[in-house]
Amino acid sequence: MATSSLPTPEAPATAPPASLVGAQHGDRVFRLLLTTAALAIPLLMGFLVYELYTGSALAIDRYGLGFVTGSTWDPVAEEFGAAPLIFGTLLSAVLALLIAVPLSLGVAIFLTEFAPRWLRQPVAFVIELLAAIPSVVYGLWGIFVLVPLLKKVVFPFLRDTLGFLPFFQGPIYGPSMLAASVILAIMVMPFIMSVAREVLLAVPNSQREAALALGATRWEAVTSAIVPYARSGIIGAVILGLGRALGETMAVTMLIGNRHEIAASLFAPGYTMAAVIANEFSGAGTDIHFAALTYVALVLFVITVLVNAAARLLIWRVSRGAPAGGTGL
Amino acid sequence: MAESRVHLATDRLTAMYGKFTAVKDVSLTFTANTVNALIGPSGCGKSTYLRTLNRMHELVDGGWITGKVLLDGEDVYAPKVSPMQLRRRIGMVFQKPTPFPTMSIYDNVAAGLRLERRVSRAELDEVVERSLRQSALWDEVKDRLKASAMALSGGQQQRLCIARTIAPRPEVILLDEPTASLDPGGTQRIEELVFELKREFTIVIVTHNMQQAARVSDTTTFFYMGSMIETGPTRQIFTRPAQEQTEAYITGRFG
Repeated sequence: MATSSLPTPEAPATAPPASLVGAQHGDRVFRLLLTTAALAIPLLMGFLVYELYTGSALAIDRYGLGFVTGSTWDPVAEEFGAAPLIFGTLLSAVLALLIAVPLSLGVAIFLTEFAPRWLRQPVAFVIELLAAIPSVVYGLWGIFVLVPLLKKVVFPFLRDTLGFLPFFQGPIYGPSMLAASVILAIMVMPFIMSVAREVLLAVPNSQREAALALGATRWEAVTSAIVPYARSGIIGAVILGLGRALGETMAVTMLIGNRHEIAASLFAPGYTMAAVIANEFSGAGTDIHFAALTYVALVLFVITVLVNAAARLLIWRVSRGAPAGGTGL
Repeated sequence: MAESRVHLATDRLTAMYGKFTAVKDVSLTFTANTVNALIGPSGCGKSTYLRTLNRMHELVDGGWITGKVLLDGEDVYAPKVSPMQLRRRIGMVFQKPTPFPTMSIYDNVAAGLRLERRVSRAELDEVVERSLRQSALWDEVKDRLKASAMALSGGQQQRLCIARTIAPRPEVILLDEPTASLDPGGTQRIEELVFELKREFTIVIVTHNMQQAARVSDTTTFFYMGSMIETGPTRQIFTRPAQEQTEAYITGRFG
């Protein structure tokens, strides 16, 4: 401290040093607390991986990596393969995003750019409320309302019009991969919409005006200036939705049909990793069954981490060379 | 300047935000191929006035006008006029540089042109080069047209925005304090550019900086509290202002 250079000749030399020391102490304690909190997260994650690994050790030893390619799931014969579960998890999540992303972006763009001002806040609020509905309620609604509707109207229509594609052939049961995807889409939509809306609201008005002053229509301003500016944030919104779709359990279990097979038709029942864990964990009678379910959990964890890492990479690549756009999220 | 055609004019123009009157009853004419400065203290209505000329004012909530804006004698607020078409004839550059950050330098300049119609690559190349030359940026960026516009300095970004504005060949250019966020070097280059551009365009420039108005403009109009106080040739306004308020402002007694 260069206190000698301070021009305070008549100041008493007793009080200031004490207060300086005190402030430093407070900072240290505070920093220690925050560091502990921050370190707790990776620690917890490491602990989780360790638990999943030890819990599934028995199954890993017996099936190895063949577990992820095998497609038989027979607890009685003690034969376990998770391929249909992995397939079901990925397919239902991707289908859900295919439905939810255009819808959510459309709503977000409408609410930020086109809707009359008095309508914006209420509509956004109602959509965000959808996120607060428990997933078991979505499941019930799916069973009593959505599935009958799909079975009577939507699926026959799809089979009649797009039946030449293998995805829309075969018998219609009701509970199916497509029904689960639709409920997933409805469930992730509020998250994607709400984040996309925040990101679009954060686009500076000057960007909007710059496009309009060039003679752009409102729509052209959206597509040429506003959405590109917000693109990395929008991708972030989609990833948030993807993360939720991959892990969603209850509503999917109730609607997907829980059949352990890989079918080309979206009308056929399927299964997901989260659903099989929820359904069988409490009834797992043998050690190897228990270990196989834990193995499924480990695979789900790894896939979720990989998907998120890939998504981060995508955001990073998209926002590179566009610093202003990279601050969207 | 051989001809002195009135290019742009306002007739008893009043601009409102809801019930608040920002510009009161302003009648002005702008001759083709001249630089016209609008000066006055903050909040005097000069920027709002500028934004009524290309109908940007109405994009603000509650923005509306009475009176007329005439481009070549045609009322730009007539019901059949498309604001989009109008803004292609009256370009605008803003106070802060507003390049599109996700686009390259090239794409920024081409943005306005691509809105209008499909343009061939060869034609685009030509227009982009011509616009960048005209905005005195070509030599600095010709080797990195594919680079992001955000890699440019503030002054370069503002010249890029001018290039983007002139690329679709408007007739009038509105400049809203174009040098307010630039350093002296950047400011000087923009001023030189404005002087060059009037050969082809009619220019209306809002400025806080009276020396700037004196340096670049042919006519100067002084706004105060939403009203047009005085207008005339720049030399006259700065040497022999008719109104006391004008004199007080240009001599720095207020504002």
